[in-house]
Amino acid sequence: MIVAELAERLRARHPDAVEARGEVTVVVSPDRLLDTLSSLRDEHDLRFTFLSDLTASDWPGLDLRFWLAYHLLSMEHLHRVRVKVGLPPRPDPPHVPSVTPMFPSASWLEREVFDFFGIVFDGHPDLRRIEMPEGWEGHPLRKTEGLGGVNTRYKGAFIPPPDQRST
Amino acid sequence: MPVQRISGAQLGQTEAELEDEAHRGILTTTLGKAVAWARKNSMWPATFGLACCAIEMMAAGAADYDLSRWGMEIFRASPRQADLMIVAGRVSQKMGPVLRTIFDQMPEPKWVISMGVCASTGGMFNNYGLIQGVDTIVPVDMYVPGCPPRPEMLMYGILRLHAKVQREARFK
Ligand code: SF4
Repeated sequence: MIVAELAERLRARHPDAVEARGEVTVVVSPDRLLDTLSSLRDEHDLRFTFLSDLTASDWPGLDLRFWLAYHLLSMEHLHRVRVKVGLPPRPDPPHVPSVTPMFPSASWLEREVFDFFGIVFDGHPDLRRIEMPEGWEGHPLRKTEGLGGVNTRYKGAFIPPPDQRST
Repeated sequence: MPVQRISGAQLGQTEAELEDEAHRGILTTTLGKAVAWARKNSMWPATFGLACCAIEMMAAGAADYDLSRWGMEIFRASPRQADLMIVAGRVSQKMGPVLRTIFDQMPEPKWVISMGVCASTGGMFNNYGLIQGVDTIVPVDMYVPGCPPRPEMLMYGILRLHAKVQREARFK
């Protein structure tokens, strides 16, 4: 489907749908997220039945520090849309409702975002770290985390990175 | 066979007597050296390809470079059957405990080659994802630098390790 036509169709329900570079983005507030996603999924001329990606970005200093992006695909109409949600820095960790009950493919993606950004998805059936080891401290993709070498953490031992080791 | 025939120079044979034995086709050595010689000529590496370096390790084992020239073409999938671990590639934080478990499961004597800059120091990945040097987790005998090391470099590392294994016999 032509992107402009999709944007037009979306604007009837979401007036702030943006079309840029051939992509359509809808920005919603966290409390409207579930309603928006379920209407995108269920309305017959949209039918975004597949959540193909879910990710986040961190903008420290902005009023809305964390931005979640939900990428939806309609297998029926072969069109895509991006839904963005901004979250304020407080409270830390930020909370957002989980979409795993609605889109099962969100399960591991939400765990990944939780692991790397520390965003808590309320209602996720099993919100654990997925890529970093259990017991890791911090959320490595937050911009406020230190850059550079990390300690080797192994069975309680801590060994600093090579440039900080004394010989 | 009379005892003095197989005894070494420690038993006080003169040069002439040793020469005599050499002519009879008998080689004298210590048991340790003979064992080390057997070990170094038949090493059994464990498959431990973790990233891109593993491709070069596979190339070293395949027909062109042919590690079987040194009796080590079979990479064992079970650590119980291996005595050399070639850590080929970057070790992620989550892989560290797994790597140590596999090392612990290998029977003694065992050796470790750290292949590539990632395994040796973390390399270019100075970040949260990787262990900054596998030597923080297992004792490493030989470091092979490079990104990735060419098969020749890995083979050179292996040959240096062979020399080390042979040399270690002196102290056992
Ligand atoms: S040293 Fe280079 S080739 Fe080897 S694992 Fe690291 S990045 Fe890959």
